Amino acid sequence: MERKNNPITSSCCSEQSQTGCGCKPATTTQYPYWVTDVIKTNNGMVARVDTEWSSRVYREHFKARMGQFRMKYTLTPGLYAVGAPGDQSDVYVSANYMMSFNHVRRALKGMNAWILVIDTDGINVWCAAGKGTFGTEELICRIEKTGLASLVAHRRLIVPQLGAPGVNAAEVKKATGFRVAFGPVRADDIAQYVANGYTAEGHMRRMQFPFLERLALTPMELIPILKKFFTTLVVIFLLFGLDSSGINFRKGISEGYPFFIALFISLITGTALTPTLLPYIPGRAFAFKGWLAGIAAIGLYSWYAFNSQLITDTLLYAMLIFFPLLSSFLALLFTGSATHTSMSGVRKELKYALPVYLIGSAAATVLFIIYKMSEWGRI
Amino acid sequence: MKYLKNVTTLTYDPEKCKGCERCVEVCPHGVFAMEKNKAIIVDKDLCMECGACSKNCEYSAIEVQPGVGCAFAILIGMIQNTEPDCGCSGTGGKKSSCCG
Repeated sequence: MERKNNPITSSCCSEQSQTGCGCKPATTTQYPYWVTDVIKTNNGMVARVDTEWSSRVYREHFKARMGQFRMKYTLTPGLYAVGAPGDQSDVYVSANYMMSFNHVRRALKGMNAWILVIDTDGINVWCAAGKGTFGTEELICRIEKTGLASLVAHRRLIVPQLGAPGVNAAEVKKATGFRVAFGPVRADDIAQYVANGYTAEGHMRRMQFPFLERLALTPMELIPILKKFFTTLVVIFLLFGLDSSGINFRKGISEGYPFFIALFISLITGTALTPTLLPYIPGRAFAFKGWLAGIAAIGLYSWYAFNSQLITDTLLYAMLIFFPLLSSFLALLFTGSATHTSMSGVRKELKYALPVYLIGSAAATVLFIIYKMSEWGRI
Repeated sequence: MKYLKNVTTLTYDPEKCKGCERCVEVCPHGVFAMEKNKAIIVDKDLCMECGACSKNCEYSAIEVQPGVGCAFAILIGMIQNTEPDCGCSGTGGKKSSCCG
């Protein structure tokens, strides 16, 4: 029993694959907390997974949404067991990103099944399929390395539908004999898919992008920007504090703070408000949606700031030109998270929007210089 | 939600279709449906160019230029003069641990 030390990696690093296999032999018997026990199969030991989510899972998902933790939220590729699977049990394919895997194991509650986790470099099924890492080659190789053909008597694989951009079902069949059926888009629909006689129709085949999912993706947009926020803040105060005799900090803060507020409003509008309210904002182009939300929010604030004599008319124009465009640009970046945007479409948006951004930023800069010069009495 | 009109690179040749229904199975936006044992395009503007249909069409009836609909990736591609590549999906060139 050479492999008893690490049954989880053993499925990949079986004896016949000692060379050329990237997995390192493990030295300690350490199972992740979501493994309940280990079952013995003809192909060696396979870890059996818990189909319940502990509170730790929710905490980890939150952390993954918030930051860099998602880059290392991975598991070892290979075979896993759910319930008491046998040679007739279904085989579900997943990625070695824990959030993807967690959804699959929870969806298989009460069933006897195998999960074949393929190496996607720790990336979710959809993104990895686009890149080809959740792909034909890796799937074929993983089927062979795990000895799946001797573990199950049938030749069926259930691959998540969102893996289809990377997986050529015909090639998998040709190379391994396994027939790929693309399962539902969402793991949560697996039970219904099975109950329907392994068919997915209508909503089970459609990629949705509901409110809560859009909301869950906003921290990914906002947090990296907020990290640079402090630097920007200092730059704004310095620019406004710039006097003919040097830098006046008191003036910088008193005159600069409306711009600081406008900046904050456009960041929130572009990265959080537009994405979450996406279907309700008129237009189809993200750049337009972001601009519209921006002009509404910044329009209100700058109107208030101007009426309260916090800013001059020159600064009012600068504000109205620049900040809605910033909001537009940030909204355009959300095309990467949105599930209905195409490369051709985004290219078209950029073609029209980039010149507007450049001209708008230049115009706002000129207005700011005019404001500064009139303040110094040069005009 | 619909994205921009008339931008997709999707093309479909019904002459080549053998009615295997793979395109209907894999498309995440319901672009295809079956009619009289052949696939038809229901709404081309729903296409997000993921490439699942062309990848899985055994009869080369469907062609699409797949790519990421991500402004950041496209901008980086423009600046570096490379193909758009979203940094959020890991190192694309790396071989899987399975195949060494």
